Amino acid sequence: MSGPVVADVNSLRALRRARDRIDRDYAEQLDIAALAADTGYSLGQFIRAFNAVYGETPGRYRTRRRVERACELLRSVNLTVTEICMLVGFSSLGSFSRRFADIVGRSPSEYRREAARLGGPAPIPGCFALMWRTGLPAAHRNFGEAAIALPAVRS
Amino acid sequence: MMITGVSIVTVWVLDTESAKEFYTKQLGFDLTNDIHLDSGMRWLTVRSPGSSGQEFLLVDPAHSMLDTDTAVQVRALVAKGALSPGVMATTNCRADYETLAERGVEFIQPPADRPYGIEAILRDDSGNWFSFTQHRAPDPG
Repeated sequence: MSGPVVADVNSLRALRRARDRIDRDYAEQLDIAALAADTGYSLGQFIRAFNAVYGETPGRYRTRRRVERACELLRSVNLTVTEICMLVGFSSLGSFSRRFADIVGRSPSEYRREAARLGGPAPIPGCFALMWRTGLPAAHRNFGEAAIALPAVRS
Repeated sequence: MMITGVSIVTVWVLDTESAKEFYTKQLGFDLTNDIHLDSGMRWLTVRSPGSSGQEFLLVDPAHSMLDTDTAVQVRALVAKGALSPGVMATTNCRADYETLAERGVEFIQPPADRPYGIEAILRDDSGNWFSFTQHRAPDPG
């Protein structure tokens, strides 16, 4: 990323609406092309614009949302991993387990066992868990502060 | 300690006329101030009728104390949906959800049972999101 993306607010609003639809409908077989059509972008433009603004493609965003929801279910409800996999919108246990492990770093079953061991849910409101990211990738953690050289303050 | 709590919360909005409509007509807030200042700023505050006095101050970054570059950045953050002033408490999340949804308020999450209560998530007309929460009464036992 080369710095903050500042586009016109109408484009940003359209992208935000598309992202909100993914948040609402992640479990459906949501058509990325249909989302793109609603924004007025072509499919390719939509994917690139979404990625530029949110730092990941719509498809990846949707996968992450599904995995996060799966984590929540694994922690708190008495359903099988397969049932949870289907509930969050994956059509195959294999691809669910792979994506889950990519994002979470362990298998769904391991995650569930570990959550059970650690005890009850943290007192963090679900909305914050939903709306906050898991943190910046290491490369961006300095927020670009080192890159801005300010003139020395006169004492 | 004399601090009694939060008095006014700033909400960055993209259009103060549209925000005024949204907060008063759709959320049902009272308009407590709408003053156009000489500098071009607008002191626009609203308050929920059920509240104990906290107000939201609705400010367009483009007509604020922010310099142009900063204002553009803040407006972009608002438009992409990144900002939240926090949590609005309600005594009945599910009933309010029905009422508000009927008035056209955008919800990105319907009411859901949580350990701390019942929570929905809504957006205002600019893109700011709020948790909309009915807190569970603490266990008497």
